[in-house]
Amino acid sequence: MTAEWPILSTVIWLPIIGGALVLASGDKAPNVSRWLALWVSILTFLLSIPLYTGFDASTAQMQFVENLPWIPTFDVNYHLGIDGISMPLILLTTFITILVIIAGWEVIQYKPSQYMAAFLIMEGVMVGVFSALDAMLFYVFWEAMLIPMFLIIGVWGGPRRVYATIKFFLYTFLGSVFMLVALIYMYFKSGSMEILAFHDLKLGMTEQVLIFLAFLLAFAVKVPMWPVHTWLPDAHVEAPTGGSVILAAIMLKIGGYGFLRFSLPITPDASQTLDWLIIAMSLIAVVYIGFVALVQQDMKKLIAYSSIAHMGFVTLGFFIVFRILANPAADGGAVLGVQGGMVQMVSHGFISAALFLCVGVLYDRLHSREIKDYGGVVNVMPWFALFMVFFAMSNAGLPGTSGFVGEFMVILASFRADFWFAFLAATTLILGAAYTLWMVKRVVFGPVTSEGVAALQDINAREALVLTSLAVAVLILGLWPAPLINVMDASIGNLVQHIGISKL
Amino acid sequence: MESVLLAIVLAPLIGSVIAGLFRNQIGRAGAHWVTILGVATSCALSFWVLYQFVFEDAPVYNQSVYTWMVVDGLRMEIGFLIDSLTAMMMAVVTFVSLMVHIYTIGYMAHEEGYQRFFSYIALFTFSMLMLVMANNFLQLFFGWEAVGLVSYLLIGFYFKRESAIFANLKAFLVNRVGDFGFILGIAAVAMYFGTLDYAETFARAPEHAATTVNVWGDQHWSLMTLITMLLFIGAMGKSAQIPLQVWLPDSMEGPTPISALIHAATMVTAGIFMVARMSPLYEMSETALSFVMIIGATTAFFMGLIGIVQNDIKRVIAYSTLSQLGYMVAALGASAYAAGLFHLMTHAFFKALLFLAAGSVIIGMHHDQDMRHMGGLRKYMPITHWTLLIGTLALIGFPGFAGFFSKDAIIEAVHHSQIFGSGYAHWLLVAGVFVTALYSFRLYFMVFHGEGPRKFESHHEAHDEEGGAEASVHHEVPDEPVPHESPKVVTVPLMLLAIPSIFVGYFTIGPMLFGDYFDGVISVAAVHDTLGEIDFHGAFGFMLHGLTGIPIYLAAGGFLVAWYIYTRRPILATEIATRFDWAYWILDRKYGFDDLYQWLFARGSQLLGKGLWQAGDRVLIDGIAVNGSAQSVGWLASVMRFLQTGYLYHYAFAMIIGLLGLLTWFVIV
Repeated sequence: MTAEWPILSTVIWLPIIGGALVLASGDKAPNVSRWLALWVSILTFLLSIPLYTGFDASTAQMQFVENLPWIPTFDVNYHLGIDGISMPLILLTTFITILVIIAGWEVIQYKPSQYMAAFLIMEGVMVGVFSALDAMLFYVFWEAMLIPMFLIIGVWGGPRRVYATIKFFLYTFLGSVFMLVALIYMYFKSGSMEILAFHDLKLGMTEQVLIFLAFLLAFAVKVPMWPVHTWLPDAHVEAPTGGSVILAAIMLKIGGYGFLRFSLPITPDASQTLDWLIIAMSLIAVVYIGFVALVQQDMKKLIAYSSIAHMGFVTLGFFIVFRILANPAADGGAVLGVQGGMVQMVSHGFISAALFLCVGVLYDRLHSREIKDYGGVVNVMPWFALFMVFFAMSNAGLPGTSGFVGEFMVILASFRADFWFAFLAATTLILGAAYTLWMVKRVVFGPVTSEGVAALQDINAREALVLTSLAVAVLILGLWPAPLINVMDASIGNLVQHIGISKL
Repeated sequence: MESVLLAIVLAPLIGSVIAGLFRNQIGRAGAHWVTILGVATSCALSFWVLYQFVFEDAPVYNQSVYTWMVVDGLRMEIGFLIDSLTAMMMAVVTFVSLMVHIYTIGYMAHEEGYQRFFSYIALFTFSMLMLVMANNFLQLFFGWEAVGLVSYLLIGFYFKRESAIFANLKAFLVNRVGDFGFILGIAAVAMYFGTLDYAETFARAPEHAATTVNVWGDQHWSLMTLITMLLFIGAMGKSAQIPLQVWLPDSMEGPTPISALIHAATMVTAGIFMVARMSPLYEMSETALSFVMIIGATTAFFMGLIGIVQNDIKRVIAYSTLSQLGYMVAALGASAYAAGLFHLMTHAFFKALLFLAAGSVIIGMHHDQDMRHMGGLRKYMPITHWTLLIGTLALIGFPGFAGFFSKDAIIEAVHHSQIFGSGYAHWLLVAGVFVTALYSFRLYFMVFHGEGPRKFESHHEAHDEEGGAEASVHHEVPDEPVPHESPKVVTVPLMLLAIPSIFVGYFTIGPMLFGDYFDGVISVAAVHDTLGEIDFHGAFGFMLHGLTGIPIYLAAGGFLVAWYIYTRRPILATEIATRFDWAYWILDRKYGFDDLYQWLFARGSQLLGKGLWQAGDRVLIDGIAVNGSAQSVGWLASVMRFLQTGYLYHYAFAMIIGLLGLLTWFVIV
């Protein structure tokens, strides 16, 4: 199916061109750049809505496909298309970008046009990653993503931003180089750069294992999975609020997306052989990182660690598939796990964004992220406290919020793989609540602890708008996840069927 | 029917949202009117539903409202199952909630956060209704967690107070420990029955009666035992059974109306409701039933003992609640689900009454909760005195009062039970009757009898003591030093609750326990039918039979001891406490549960977290692996730099060495 109007290209290039315009507008009239950036992001979001409304949920085929020759010599094409796995992530990207633009409105006074432009370009590139069907194109977008984020942290970041950016860049770059090797190997093997051709490529076990490990390095760093997660807390702490939001809400999802688009379908046998590795890393992320998050003194670090633990559910949901398929008593449930991982990704996009924005609200006022500098915020910022407690509860997986849905599905699915997987995964009920609510207790509740806190102003209309949008999204997804599940169902069902067939 | 049910659920929710979000626009009166209107609507409709089931023999209603999601053949829905059990719960919840709403107008009259409080309790009513009206495990869990959320918010209502925000975090986390088991139980149901719907689960359960699962090593556990035990762990959290009981006494940090509503009458009984709802599953595992009975009986007796040494009026009633919940749980273990539910209902009325009356006393004492400061209050607060006495008589099981029927039925049922642990449970429950009477009348005599309010003139100093927990939020110092009866909005709910506390047992024991009210809702295997073995010839006959049993004399004994010690020889209490100081110490430390948990879990997990963070993330991963590899690259570079000196003779020398080396190699090989 080919769309008459190239929606995907529009959603990719509109923000990039818009970003260039914002950049060109300069910092002489910051309000012009701000409004321009806002309208570009809103327009992009509106244009991305047809991807949902015009989406045919009954098929696993790629939709809104665009295919143009790009480097004919190497048979590299500008090939775009989406299925039920990438579409929700694209909408998440266009939605969150608007909020990031609004959230940075008055806060960013230093080079605002460049700041806004970086986020718009980032948006286009990330949509490109999600919609690329050509491996070379994917890789270009994948690496291009690093540049704006590198700048966002490096220019608008905190005092240790240089260490954080270098660490962030080297970590992610190291991983992706191995991915490039794997992609080139498969190009020589298949004579094509088509990702979908890779899916059908017959590969031997040794080849599969090597390719799987190469992908694992790239994606595990992005997710990030234990033990290659240590760049994330540093990057978050130093990043400006908007950077943290994009990082947590969308960039981490690209790692998860990579597992579904590359690792599982291209190397199903290696995935099956090495699933214990991923499951172990995921469960360590849930339990180990849960304890580590408990003792963090810096709010952003705490949320960063909480992100790692929550992303552990994503990879767990994806890789318990083989155990479920192998368990005769399971009676289905493989799709449940992958779906759960996907829902968890979308939900975590909303919740982590909201929590970082909440910390941003406090940081803008008191210029501290230390938990001990706060206390009794509810006394002076009651509306803020309402949002903070709500998002904290969502982070703790309260039913009725989106945070519950993915965790619930993954726990249900992992029970079918092994009782003890579910047992360890379910500890998040206790740990997640402990680290999140303990932070809330120390920051939000209690008597006013300092003059700084006493002078805090409650959130303004702009902040309320951003937080309300996210709260509504969290509630809708929590109370009625069926629409999201339905668009993903065919694609994920197809994926699970595909990986159940050996390539050997 | 569906629109009625939706109205029942949504009316309190709408009230809550309006009172919460538009608190400034509608003001204090607006907040209480809108929530009371919502809950009153809900209450009236609930009674209509109950009427349909009691008098019109309405059919069971089991419909879904909307589909939450369908994935992998697993259908998850939001829907209502309305049968006689649900109808009874709905009526109890909404009635007590309505009474508490009205009472709150008086109790919270001078408090900050008035609108917020009404918003929370209306939200609680919504959540609790969702819980009891669910027709599937998903919605049950939703309600289960939502009531936990509201409980968290309300225990921490006085958020400036450190003890309150400690207590609410503790309550939430301990409940989460229970939920941890609960969600695994739900996962097991979803896996083996392929559904989360109650009716389908019960229909498929018999197929799995002999299914075993291999959880650890070569041990094979009965699937039914696994599921029911996991679900019961959830109930242990919510209904505060040993060893997850520690949160309930601390929850008394919340304002008294919610202690009555949430931590006595409704939320804490959710565990009992859940087990009764799952009776078809529990009947298939005798192991689980034994476990349930032993836990319940242990809680009933040993938590009651702690009640004897408490001096905070609310804490005495809190331990009493723990003990009474233990009775209900023990009844479930004896397969006397109907008796457990019957006690749940009578207890909801008389315990809400006791808490609200205690709240009235607290108002009269200007927010002093220490019973040692009270005394002789019957002269000043006649209505509170009489209603609290009624509640006390109902609690100890005075013949004819509500609690008498339900408690005697439980003890009889456990007596007839043949499963493992029933002998132990029976004697603990019987002994518990003495304990109940002792702590109840200790409270009654300390508060209402003896010399007029002890130390009343100096009660302001009490603010610094633990007893004056609520005092810090009351800034205004009242002019009049004499306690006075509370206003009508407080006393009228007391009187309305006193009526069912007396009569509800007499009139409902027949149909609920020995009639057909729960037919088709609760299933009891023939071998476990303990209630069926009780000879029942009408409520009056049951009462006469009760007079020949031991419990009634133990209750009388407890009363006499309390009367003698606290009105005749007050010094005796201190003497006993000194004489048996080790026992007093054990009870005062609450058997050490709190200390152990604080040390093991609160401190322990922080130490573990710090250890993992420092040793794992900082040293191993960042220190050695990440920065280590960066440093080794740097080190390698510096070594290489050393080689690249730029002097020609160095390079020439190296070449000669290399050449010599190669030559040697060729010559030798």
